[in-house]
Amino acid sequence: MNLHCRVNEKEYDLEIKPHMTLLDLLREELGLTGAKEGCGEGECGACTVIMDGKAVNACIVLAAEAEGKEILTIEGLAREGTLHPIQEAFVEIGGLQCGFCTPGMVLSTKVLLDDNPNPTEEEIKKGLEGNFCRCTGYTKIIESVKVAADKVRG
Amino acid sequence: MEEYSVIGKRVPRIDAKEKVMGEAKYAADYSLPGMLWAKVARSPYAHAKILNIDTSKAEKLPGVKAVITGKDFNGWTWGFMATTRDESPLAVDKVRYMYEGVAAVAAVDEETAEEACSLIKVDYEELPGVFDPEEAIKEGAPVIHAYRANNVSVEYHWDFGDVDKAFADSYIVREDRFETGKVVTGFLEPPASLAYYDPSGNITVWAAKQSPYFHYRHLAGCFGLPLSKIRIIQPFIGGGFGGTKNDSVAGDFCVVMLSKKTGRPVKYVYTMEEVLTTCRRRHNMIIYNKMGMTKDGILTAIESRVIGNGGGYTAIGPLTMFLTGYATTLPYKLPNYRYDAWRVFTNNPVSAAMRGHGFTHTRFACDIQMHMIAEELGIDPVEMRIRNAIDNPKPADGYSTINGIKFKTCGLMETIKAATEDPLWADRDKMVKQEGPVSYGVGITGTTYQGGARQLGHQSCGAIVRICEDGTINLITGATDCGQGSDTVLAMIAAEVLGAKYEDISFKRVDTAYTPVDPGSYGSRVTVFAGQAVERASRDAKRQLLEAAGKAWNVKPEEIDIREGFAFLKDKPEKRMSFEKLAKIASYEGAGAVILGTGYSSYGVEELDFSTGTGNGGTSFSFTTQTTRLGVDMETGKIDVTDFTIAHDAGVPLHPVSVEGQNEGGAVQGLSQAIYEGFIMENGRTHNSTFLDYKMPRSTDAPRIKVIDIITDDPDGPFGAKEASEGSHVSAPPSVVDALHDATGIWFKELPVTPEKIVKALKDAGKWMK
Repeated sequence: MNLHCRVNEKEYDLEIKPHMTLLDLLREELGLTGAKEGCGEGECGACTVIMDGKAVNACIVLAAEAEGKEILTIEGLAREGTLHPIQEAFVEIGGLQCGFCTPGMVLSTKVLLDDNPNPTEEEIKKGLEGNFCRCTGYTKIIESVKVAADKVRG
Repeated sequence: MEEYSVIGKRVPRIDAKEKVMGEAKYAADYSLPGMLWAKVARSPYAHAKILNIDTSKAEKLPGVKAVITGKDFNGWTWGFMATTRDESPLAVDKVRYMYEGVAAVAAVDEETAEEACSLIKVDYEELPGVFDPEEAIKEGAPVIHAYRANNVSVEYHWDFGDVDKAFADSYIVREDRFETGKVVTGFLEPPASLAYYDPSGNITVWAAKQSPYFHYRHLAGCFGLPLSKIRIIQPFIGGGFGGTKNDSVAGDFCVVMLSKKTGRPVKYVYTMEEVLTTCRRRHNMIIYNKMGMTKDGILTAIESRVIGNGGGYTAIGPLTMFLTGYATTLPYKLPNYRYDAWRVFTNNPVSAAMRGHGFTHTRFACDIQMHMIAEELGIDPVEMRIRNAIDNPKPADGYSTINGIKFKTCGLMETIKAATEDPLWADRDKMVKQEGPVSYGVGITGTTYQGGARQLGHQSCGAIVRICEDGTINLITGATDCGQGSDTVLAMIAAEVLGAKYEDISFKRVDTAYTPVDPGSYGSRVTVFAGQAVERASRDAKRQLLEAAGKAWNVKPEEIDIREGFAFLKDKPEKRMSFEKLAKIASYEGAGAVILGTGYSSYGVEELDFSTGTGNGGTSFSFTTQTTRLGVDMETGKIDVTDFTIAHDAGVPLHPVSVEGQNEGGAVQGLSQAIYEGFIMENGRTHNSTFLDYKMPRSTDAPRIKVIDIITDDPDGPFGAKEASEGSHVSAPPSVVDALHDATGIWFKELPVTPEKIVKALKDAGKWMK
């Protein structure tokens, strides 16, 4: 079947199998490997991307559902090598260790802050609860989001 | 502490930018032209004879390029010791745990490979299985391996001091049974491997391995090739925590064999369900602990009988059972000690190493039991710890336990002081004890973990520092950063020693064709061993730079120093040149010099004697006192852990961000094993084999964590460093269980302590609030 969508502000017209997932489309067809496959069933959040402003688990979204949609992956967040303020905050605070959850964490943070630029700690935790991290114990990630919120608000 | 330019600073991780941009490539992110996909066909039985495998239908499926079975490996097996190499890449005559691999397929895509697996017909003769280790060692139990007819894969009996006399002379002797959970590493990146066996007979592999040189040797053995023909190129690693990514797993061998058969690159990515049903997991252990004390609460003796649920193969089990017994003599003075251990084959997935390797089991038992006795004797648990704690020795004297563990620094007493002066503990009586159905409690624990771990076999660990002519530096080691931050720490050490800017160091990840051999990332050894190698290699390179500077300035090299990117005369610091200029001078001298510094770690290796329980397993030990505050709903049993304070002696924290992050992560993983995680098993089947059902903490479950650094400057670590993270991982479960006791008055001796267990215990104790 045919699919038309925008990924990281680039238009795509693609021929896809109907049962292909959005994650396979991004990773295997478009070579965007920033979204990771952890559990493959929508529990771990390592494959989080933003579709029309909402964070989705790309492993349980069909590629076909992206028809006419705007997708942002981690590769599209930095501009010409300049980090997004959220990325800067994660680097500064050390809100990452192995890095496998990081693309998903950063994009979930973006959706959280787009919606609520001044979140409380509880709201941050709630905003990230769909993204597992096994390395950090979340402490530095939560701190990174607080710093990111300050940066985004300017 | 000396003022350093880089060490101790909160610099950004060297890999942070690549990781936040999604540019860091993990094994599954690699592809090659013409690549095939592999899948493994797995046994539906936990214990069965393989009578016949018919692969003909699978081979005929369009898109299938090769099918292999266990026989393709010609009887090759691997394992930790020569006497325990009992595991083959795919089962040959018999399967010993459910979903063990029996065949593998390479096909043009994953779906075809999966479909082909379903077409492989295997005739099995199901055998009676045994799943409980205490059942497996009974007379007449089904035999899992012919070479161990009693199902005991490893057995140790150690005796130090005079335990019987000590118990006879004790004021109090207490015996309890403890059990630790059936848990898994829980990394988010499933194992993946891309392999190409090229026509000239070289194997190149990109695999998710925290110890790539293990795999390097396994492949050489498996395919009968010299090491020079095996090349492991290390991708980024998405979490490790021991076990699976230390060892090789079935798929790792299958991709290479399938590539050999097809002449094409082959990739295999485990599903998370395969990880949770077939990969290495922590040994679940039953601990019968007997502890004696004087009336004043001074430890007299411990007798520890441990039964480890080993699963279907031995793997690294001999070391696990060694470590489980070996550090019971820490962190409290123990004059008499006996250890009897049996690692038992069962028809469960294979048990192996995991973070806090070995220590998690017996430290949990001993710590809780010590508190139980404090309660019986009416002694304050902190006072009891102080009375028994090992003091910080003078480094020249060191400390030696009754079983011969030696170390030079111990900050335990200071960690107790720091943790108990912290408001979480000091103000515990001021806090609300009850709020509706919620009871609050605060717990404390004191523990240890070793750094600079050694195993059997080689311990080689080297580093190469190449000075590029533009003043930047390539740092080359065989060490692997699987998330802990070692690339950053090693780069910091190089920058500090060379006097270069941290930003100018570029860390080169493992490529076995070029990097020096290294055992891998386990046992908190990387900073200690690779750190020393980097320190020495950097000194070697610096010496060459200083010689070049001396020639250029016509002075002796020792009159010059380099710091923060500039070389300068010690007596006349205004006479200086940039590191870049110095690098150019040094590189372009004469016909052109190559500035390479080399170094290796030479901390003495003391052999471990598994039969007597002696020998040093590491160079140094971290010491931790941890307090926990939590609330328990006395109606539902739900626990909310709100606060951790971790006072941790990691020697000198070289990169505080990593030390804190590792402690925080280790403690939350430990919290999880105390109250959330546990496989639900029935006759060898794992019922909760998804992340929906296997409960790991989310951001909303994480407590507030305060890490207090207790600094001991350890001579057996670069710049005084010891280990971070495994200590907090070991201290978290007893600390949580202690807090649960404070909240409920009940001691829980089996992990994880789930709401169901709490409600049942509350009912039994007549404390359940309806």
